[in-house]
Amino acid sequence: MFDGGKIIAGIIVFVGLMTFPFWYNVGQAAYKTPELQLPPKDVATQCVESAEYMRAEHMQLLNNWRDWVVRDANRVYTSKQNGAHFEMSLQKSCMKCHTSKEQFCDKCHTAAAVAPYCWDCHIAPQEVK
Amino acid sequence: MLEYALKGDKKYWMWIGFLGLLICIGAYNYLQQFQEGLVLTNMSRDVSWGFYVAQLTYLVGVAASGVMLVLPYYLHDYKKFGNLVVFGEFMAIGAIVMCLLFVVVDLGQPLRMLNVVLHPTLNSVLFWDATVLNGYMILNIVVGWASLEAQKKGVPYAKWVKILAIVSVPFAFSIHTVTAFLYAGIPGRHFWLTAILAARFLSSAFCAGPAIMLLALFAMEKTTKFELGKEAVQTLTRIIAYAMVFNVFFFGLELFTAFYSQIPGHMHSIVYLFSGLEGHHAMVPYFWAAAFMAILSLCLLIPSTTRNCKPVLIFALIILIAATWIDKGMGLVVAGFIPNMFEGVTEYMPSSTELLISMGIYAIGTLIVTVLWKIAVSVKQEAA
Amino acid sequence: MKTNRRHFLKVAGVTALGLAAGAGTAAASYLPHYDHVTPNHDHLVAGRWGMAIDTRKFHSKEDFLPLVQACHKDHNVPTIPGKQEVKWLWTDSFHHSFPTEPNEFLSEDIHHRSFLLMCNHCKNPPCVRVCPTQATYKRADGIVIMDMHRCIGCRFCMAGCPYGSRSFNFQDPRPFIAEQNKEYPTRMKGVVEKCNFCAERLAEGKLPACVEASEGKLIFGDLENPESEIRQALAENYTIRRKPDLGTDPSVFYII
Repeated sequence: MFDGGKIIAGIIVFVGLMTFPFWYNVGQAAYKTPELQLPPKDVATQCVESAEYMRAEHMQLLNNWRDWVVRDANRVYTSKQNGAHFEMSLQKSCMKCHTSKEQFCDKCHTAAAVAPYCWDCHIAPQEVK
Repeated sequence: MLEYALKGDKKYWMWIGFLGLLICIGAYNYLQQFQEGLVLTNMSRDVSWGFYVAQLTYLVGVAASGVMLVLPYYLHDYKKFGNLVVFGEFMAIGAIVMCLLFVVVDLGQPLRMLNVVLHPTLNSVLFWDATVLNGYMILNIVVGWASLEAQKKGVPYAKWVKILAIVSVPFAFSIHTVTAFLYAGIPGRHFWLTAILAARFLSSAFCAGPAIMLLALFAMEKTTKFELGKEAVQTLTRIIAYAMVFNVFFFGLELFTAFYSQIPGHMHSIVYLFSGLEGHHAMVPYFWAAAFMAILSLCLLIPSTTRNCKPVLIFALIILIAATWIDKGMGLVVAGFIPNMFEGVTEYMPSSTELLISMGIYAIGTLIVTVLWKIAVSVKQEAA
Repeated sequence: MKTNRRHFLKVAGVTALGLAAGAGTAAASYLPHYDHVTPNHDHLVAGRWGMAIDTRKFHSKEDFLPLVQACHKDHNVPTIPGKQEVKWLWTDSFHHSFPTEPNEFLSEDIHHRSFLLMCNHCKNPPCVRVCPTQATYKRADGIVIMDMHRCIGCRFCMAGCPYGSRSFNFQDPRPFIAEQNKEYPTRMKGVVEKCNFCAERLAEGKLPACVEASEGKLIFGDLENPESEIRQALAENYTIRRKPDLGTDPSVFYII
């Protein structure tokens, strides 16, 4: 074929780039679910929803919360699992129990390579060194 | 047809390379601004819009000016513009792209810019500005490309091309009217709160835009030996002259209302521009220069002897562009914020970051126009 | 298996309907549903919040300091020197606060008086009119409030405000906050901010920080309630507002 050398070289480069995530991590440790440091049982009696629900839905939940609080002036959330009432606030509810951003929030976020910008504004509790 | 842009002589590639360098410098500075925030600009709590928004305003005018070729050719069958229309449309594309880029670099949170689409707000002029700007850009891309393609194939352009071209005419007027509405409906900023602002914008656009285009066409004529057509150029210069007359006249109307009524709110910003306020006078030399250049350009453009003499014409066009740019690209936005809402003065001159980013954006627009015009001129020279 | 086009279309149609119903219910769970949220039962309500500032009770600029500090501390407002400052609440002279009331022969007393300035929470706010994303919007109770999550930092609202009430975060404000209030967020760079009539305090049944700090010099209440304290104050005293001729209908009144 015409320009065969250039074409084949191009194909090899393309395939190499596209499969980069696979061959780059060959030989490294398998993915382990991050170990989250949960708050002590006497501090945190119950979470807003169940752990399974939160794992899957906390992003959407927080998204909804911010619109309900800021735009609709509704601040009280009724939990679907147990009917308990919580104030919808990252700083005043969630992080009162999950006080360590490093040991809790960041563990999964870093492993999944996401960087939510919540804490650009919302103040995370001071980390105990 | 893009392959025409990939074939060029040494001067062409050096020009592209030079523009690429300017773009890289602009991009580097934007990266810094993106990291640090707009603190790297000289904008302030009082002057919250600056160089970027001013360039956007000026370039919307340049983009709208394509209609000065489209209207006579498509609507009134003025065949003499036949060879030039597509250059006007392509320049409009470059100008609109620059406008949109200036909006992006001015945003505090550019990653959220799609919020304007996700949460459309029909009462906000900015929403409509974004809509018509994008609409006009798409129209010009489609019409310009299709008509050029038709010429390449040696066939008349399709009927829908003419329909879209005619649609682009009200669009051209609307983009600059809507941009004027950004300013003309703001209570409390009396420098902008005038019904004639939209008319001033349009008249300024219709002289500055074709002037820029004509200078660029002359440059292209020199480098590619492409024939513009003597009568087409003469008609264009006549249009430029008339539009500049309106532009200067409308400004005179503003001066009358402000200074005959003696209302402080109307006068203060103009006083700031021409004589300074409270010891602040950074704009004064620029504005007197602009006034002088505007009058001089009229003296050279109105009489046909000077207007048709090419070196004089080129000089007149350059000072016209300088005068209109100082008026719109420097004075308009900033003077709306001076004096501030408390009768204080916070001055503004763009910072180096703003200038370098703006230079990068101008280079991007120039690159787009270079590439598109290269394609157009190649097609036309082949078809001839 | 023999089939014809009609039969195929029938089966396909029913399947599509079933899939759509299933997908629809799945998607519906992503729609915001409001049955799980309510306002706080301490929430103060009003038809239109307004404020009357008794300027006669303030005798020097220093009298205003505790108010400004209460507001700025509560809301993590940064202290940035220079022209890119951020301020929600501040003071200025009569001539600067009311530039549409020039008076060469103003009484000495008023000439030396300071006036407290903030967002006027207009009834007809131009900033809301111009915001392209509704990041600035008017609540049902009249408070013009900002959604910091949606603001794109275009600063059209700053151009639109006739009172200069708004500030922009030209850079990350956190280094400029001396003492962070952990119960309230900061802002990030690139968004506009301004006084919010302490909407978060109203939600807990408290009056705005500046009103509390003023110990009675500021009256805050419902302008649409004829029995409210603020309506009484407005009925019994001469009050002015800033630039009323612009049609913005401000909710902040100054008792002269």
